[in-house]
Amino acid sequence: MDVELKEMLDDFESLKRALPDPSHQDSIIKLQRRAESLISLAQSSHARRSKVKDMSAEVIDSNPYSRLMALQRMGIVENYERIREFSVAIVGIGGVGSVAAEMLTRCGIGRLLLYDYDTVELANMNRLFFRPEQVGMTKTDAAVQTLSDINPDVVLESYTLNITTVKGFETFMESLRNKSFRPSTHNSGVDLVLSCVDNYEARMVVNQACNELSQTWMESGVSEDAVSGHIQLLIPGEAACFACAPPLVVASGVDERTLKREGVCAASLPTTMGVVAGLLVQNTLKFLLKFGQVSPYLGYNALKDYFPTMQMKPNPQCSNAACLERQKEYILAKPARDADAKAKEAEASNLTECPIHADNEWNISVIDDSEIERTDFPSSSDALPEGLVHELPSAVEFQKFPEPEEMSTSIDDLEDLRRQLDALNAN
Amino acid sequence: MEGWDPNTKSTLTQIPLLTTKAGPRDGAAWTQRLKEEYKALIAYTGMNKSNDNDWFRISAANPEGTRWTGKCWYIHNLLKYEFDLQFDIPVTYPSTAPEIELPQLDGKTHKMYRGGKICLTVHFKPLWAKNCPRFGIAHALCLGLAPWLAAEVPILVDSGMIKHKDDAAVSSES
Ligand SMILES: [Zn+2]
Repeated sequence: MDVELKEMLDDFESLKRALPDPSHQDSIIKLQRRAESLISLAQSSHARRSKVKDMSAEVIDSNPYSRLMALQRMGIVENYERIREFSVAIVGIGGVGSVAAEMLTRCGIGRLLLYDYDTVELANMNRLFFRPEQVGMTKTDAAVQTLSDINPDVVLESYTLNITTVKGFETFMESLRNKSFRPSTHNSGVDLVLSCVDNYEARMVVNQACNELSQTWMESGVSEDAVSGHIQLLIPGEAACFACAPPLVVASGVDERTLKREGVCAASLPTTMGVVAGLLVQNTLKFLLKFGQVSPYLGYNALKDYFPTMQMKPNPQCSNAACLERQKEYILAKPARDADAKAKEAEASNLTECPIHADNEWNISVIDDSEIERTDFPSSSDALPEGLVHELPSAVEFQKFPEPEEMSTSIDDLEDLRRQLDALNAN
Repeated sequence: MEGWDPNTKSTLTQIPLLTTKAGPRDGAAWTQRLKEEYKALIAYTGMNKSNDNDWFRISAANPEGTRWTGKCWYIHNLLKYEFDLQFDIPVTYPSTAPEIELPQLDGKTHKMYRGGKICLTVHFKPLWAKNCPRFGIAHALCLGLAPWLAAEVPILVDSGMIKHKDDAAVSSES
């Protein structure tokens, strides 16, 4: 387009010289100006900023990180620039995942791994992030297109696959194990996995992967009626895994029996999804950059503007074998953890001798973690805090049921069984 | 079993239950589970045939038994509507049920997720969770797909979203 516009400018110039009548000069000059402004518009529309080597705290218009580095100057975050070392995997690039990806991209996260198998559709336009001209693209490709434009410093990896299939799961695990971005002694090459999927099946798969890799992750969800949501922190072995108890969701307060489900699968709102994405990434930033309190569970009831919180211990009878292994490891590591905590306490008491904010004129007190009221956290079988409900029932102990006779008798060869079904299918 | 019609209920109780809790990543235990899946499917298919209610064909599309393909059909106003049927066994099976897909109906109904996955009733997942690992593929078809077809095919036909194959043939010739 630039080339054509420049040719047009040249044409105007020759026209101006060719026309003897000076009365036309003004209108030709006007046309030239318009072509010039079109050229500059066209240039700015695909001007991409170049990569930034170091995050600067300098407050100038051209510094994309000045307002973020100010968090460090204000003492909210100790070392903001560390954000460039972190890798975050986002599973599900829908209404929550895409917004979370944009937030982390704008924050200057080091590396994002994006997983989705879906394509962008017009029906997605009630949510944030994707644009109508991206309809038909895979969500991962469309996301990379937008995110790399916003911040070219972020390393983006996209995986167009379904993690619930055997093959998809293998690729998913492999990509999480890859440590080429930053070497680590950990099983996995990412610092955090964010689950932004919209169904129980996919969440159970993320849970499986994270339990196997001993990978900390955060779960997020928005209810099918679009008026409630939640985020949850899952640390394998330390906190309840997603299979330890039936999934916990916020009761919207709407009577299930009056909810009309005819003709619809799920509703969605950009507001609820935006709020949940915001809560999720806020918790992510606090977790990665070590500031504030990281929420173990935070619910959002949009109808009542109610935010229930809670914490869950792992279930020693969890049906997930990898979860039980992580629980064992966590118990075995207790002495080391205690020694660590003691050392930190000693260090902290040394520090208090010279308080950072000596002139605390507002008398703001920094509350020590230990002073915060700790409720005895309900284990999976206990009563739940107000406003939270289990989405599914627990499996009924199957030993109680008599083994069906059909199963224990007759043929027990896989090939024979396959042939038998084929024979039935043939007519 | 609140919320299910008596027909589905009585059929379900006749499908043999499974006992091995194993998914496609569990090696020999998965082979054992696969045998149980076949037995349940054989019993269910045979039962449908003898009750004159034959309504699907399904078979493993790979030797590992992790992908299944076939056909299902539904009779509405004396006409038979047939659809391709497919699903993968998820890595977390049987804790999570297979997500049944009817790819030809993708985008034709709201009662479907992207990729042609049918949208199950609020009653399905709780019942599946409660009965893990006793329910298998046969139970998913009986509790998930059969009620879906019964509810959605008449709507799809009456709204003109799908046409009987004879009608389609006629209209494409004219
Ligand atoms: Zn667990």
